[in-house]
Amino acid sequence: MAWDASLLWQFDVLILLLVVICAVAALTIRDLVSCAVITGAYSFLMCLMWTEMLAVDVAFTEAAVGAGVSTVLILGTALHIKRRSKD
Amino acid sequence: MKRLALVIVMLVGALLLQAADDLPDWGKPDTPASVYLSPYYIQNSLADTAVPNFVTSLLGDYRGYDTMFETTVIFCAGITVLIILRRTPRRRPKEVPPRPEREGRDIILQTGARLLIPAMQIFALYVIAHGHHSPGGGFQGGVILGASFILLAMCYDLKAALGRLREKTVLICSAVGVMLYAGIGALCLAMGRNFLGYAALSRLLGTDEIMARSHGIFGVEIGVAITVMAIMFSLYIDLASGGDLDEGL
Repeated sequence: MAWDASLLWQFDVLILLLVVICAVAALTIRDLVSCAVITGAYSFLMCLMWTEMLAVDVAFTEAAVGAGVSTVLILGTALHIKRRSKD
Repeated sequence: MKRLALVIVMLVGALLLQAADDLPDWGKPDTPASVYLSPYYIQNSLADTAVPNFVTSLLGDYRGYDTMFETTVIFCAGITVLIILRRTPRRRPKEVPPRPEREGRDIILQTGARLLIPAMQIFALYVIAHGHHSPGGGFQGGVILGASFILLAMCYDLKAALGRLREKTVLICSAVGVMLYAGIGALCLAMGRNFLGYAALSRLLGTDEIMARSHGIFGVEIGVAITVMAIMFSLYIDLASGGDLDEGL
């Protein structure tokens, strides 16, 4: 079975579910600032996912770059352009 | 158009799910990736380079070229954003009205930032220096170091952060990091070994070749950290101020 090596498969399922919810929410939401924050949450959940897969170095990078700096960069850009997306 | 896009995405997704079924199970020990090269790195990293965390020795030594050009890619990306966004104030059209003055900044944010930033910077240095033994290394440490300056720019204002770290310094740092990495490689070349073959540094450092490789990895990690720190901060100041560096978020 694929999940044998992971720590807790229920935890995996929960994280994957939240990842999908975040991804869909980031696509459907119109407010760009909320979208930036949801992207950050998505990155953080992916960081938990990497930790679950015991890839701690990747998780560390994801937490620092994905959830940290790139959220700020997207936020900084979103505040400078029109705040509501048309589609 | 949107329907069509949805159909295409669904089709590709189904195809990927179908293909994912053929992938070997996660963590299976007899997959091609686990039997060919990985065992060598896992078993010999400590003996070859005296680095217990073989992710670091892999990135810094065995695949040094890869990491060097990754650093170069980050450098190029930062410089490209700079070229596209940066403008000098005098070229700005005059008719743009000045933005309304901000209210006084939040004291909770500022005190929090003041407490957090030193801890972040110490932690970043720890991550860089301790990458040989624990997860981390130049890239992550550099990002955290850059994030500490970004936090300063967000909680105070851009001028306060630029007062601590001038744009000129940032740009020089971003180039110095890449040059430090490539310079260590070239030094190995000058000492008569391969480019990035850190064992050549043993005579300079006065250690044996295994420790020289460990120190060489540490040297290039510092280079990566300097470049990443500078580029992250440079990206933020250009994106948040729209290129004229007068006011942040």
